[in-house]
Amino acid sequence: MGEKNTALIAEDIHKRFGDNEVLKGISLAAKQEDVISIIGSSGSGKSTFLRCLNFLEVPDSGCVIIGGEEVTVRQDRHGKPVIGDMRQIEKIRSQIGMVFQGFNLWSHMTVLENVMEGPLHVLKQNKTEVCDRAKALLDKVGIADKFSAYPSELSGGQQQRVAIARALCMEPKVLLFDEPTSALDPELVGEVLKVMRKLAKEGCTMIVVTHEMGFAREVSNQVLFLHDGRVEEQNTPAELFDNPKSERCRGFLKMIL
Amino acid sequence: MNFGLLGFGIEGWGDEMLRGAVMTLLVSMAAYGLGILLGILGTFLKLSRFFICRLLADIYTTIVRGIPELLIIYLVFFGGGIMLARINALVFGGSGFINLPVFVTGMTCIGFSSGAYSAEVIRGAVLAVPKGQIEAAKAIGMTPFTIFKRVLGPQTARLALPGMGNVWQLTLKHTSLISVIGLVEIMRQSAVASGSTREPFTFYAIGGLLYLGITSISNRGFSRAEKWAAKGVRSE
Repeated sequence: MGEKNTALIAEDIHKRFGDNEVLKGISLAAKQEDVISIIGSSGSGKSTFLRCLNFLEVPDSGCVIIGGEEVTVRQDRHGKPVIGDMRQIEKIRSQIGMVFQGFNLWSHMTVLENVMEGPLHVLKQNKTEVCDRAKALLDKVGIADKFSAYPSELSGGQQQRVAIARALCMEPKVLLFDEPTSALDPELVGEVLKVMRKLAKEGCTMIVVTHEMGFAREVSNQVLFLHDGRVEEQNTPAELFDNPKSERCRGFLKMIL
Repeated sequence: MNFGLLGFGIEGWGDEMLRGAVMTLLVSMAAYGLGILLGILGTFLKLSRFFICRLLADIYTTIVRGIPELLIIYLVFFGGGIMLARINALVFGGSGFINLPVFVTGMTCIGFSSGAYSAEVIRGAVLAVPKGQIEAAKAIGMTPFTIFKRVLGPQTARLALPGMGNVWQLTLKHTSLISVIGLVEIMRQSAVASGSTREPFTFYAIGGLLYLGITSISNRGFSRAEKWAAKGVRSE
């Protein structure tokens, strides 16, 4: 295998909410086909960091480079960081898929409409092609028989698999997962992880905030342990899980495993 | 009751009453339409980042909802008429009271009232759209306009429908107040007919039935629309 291209770089990301500094300088570099898991206790800034990558939260400082393009941020009158160029961020967002903890399927659209929405109304692609691709993706995540169902008629696991298909239909360069299984009943977690494993095997570039240590260990090639807004430890899963260097990481793993 | 009075033609009042009903319907729809436009505008202002916009919208809804519609109509029609007459006297040297067109004046007054109620209903609906729905739209790369058109708009419409049905009924009934400035709708027509036939019971009862007919038909329309818009939303 040749040298893989960099998919996403985040450098020294800082973010504060009021007096609370949530992120104190986090960096991450994802090459193509990387699967990076971000773990840590709640309040460590995992989700906020992930949301900074597609600018659902605008970082106070630091830079994000996606596909070689740096996202521009400017300050508003009050010195608050705001998105510099909406066009640019919209284009970049369309290349980054995001899967949320709460699924966030559009409740007024059917399953198929949800998956087709982005390609049709953001990328302005041809309807028949999008429809074929959407159906194939739904088939892949195991929802082939529910095209015309509404999200509320599906179980949580099914909804999350549709949400994954919705993200994939945009043919993104990177997929972000924000605790994708945390809102699911235990018996539904497996079906979602199975889909994510399949994607990893196919070479999807994924950044996953998760509490599923089994998944992080088996599937990812890099694990970040976040504590109090900093990367406390970063290593291959084998090293990080079997031989954690930092006291806090050891404590966290002992508590959770 | 003398049913001959209800015939159509020179002797009966049937055709006049029906024409009154049509007028009520027309002025109600015009006022409601104006109200929806003002309601949408008011919602934008109320949810604006800018303090001055929010303040303007709050002043509008507070004043208009806090004053009786009848007073607004008198104020605009008579107050406005006198003001125009003064301007006329001053600038053109004319004299006498200027009559504002009753349909437009009445429709505008009721429309502004309807708009204040609509603004509250629509604002509530916008705020009730779950944040995640908008985040998902942002995350997929939608522009603010696309988000509005594809996600926020449809979901707001669904949530606003029950409240807007209510506003329609209020608006419809408030149009009866326009009768005081001479618009011949159901209320005015009933008064005229009872006055000249000395059968007030008959004609006010018929007026009431006409209102009831319009509201129950439109109610059915609204509940059908609600059912249609609620597709995909668990009702239980």
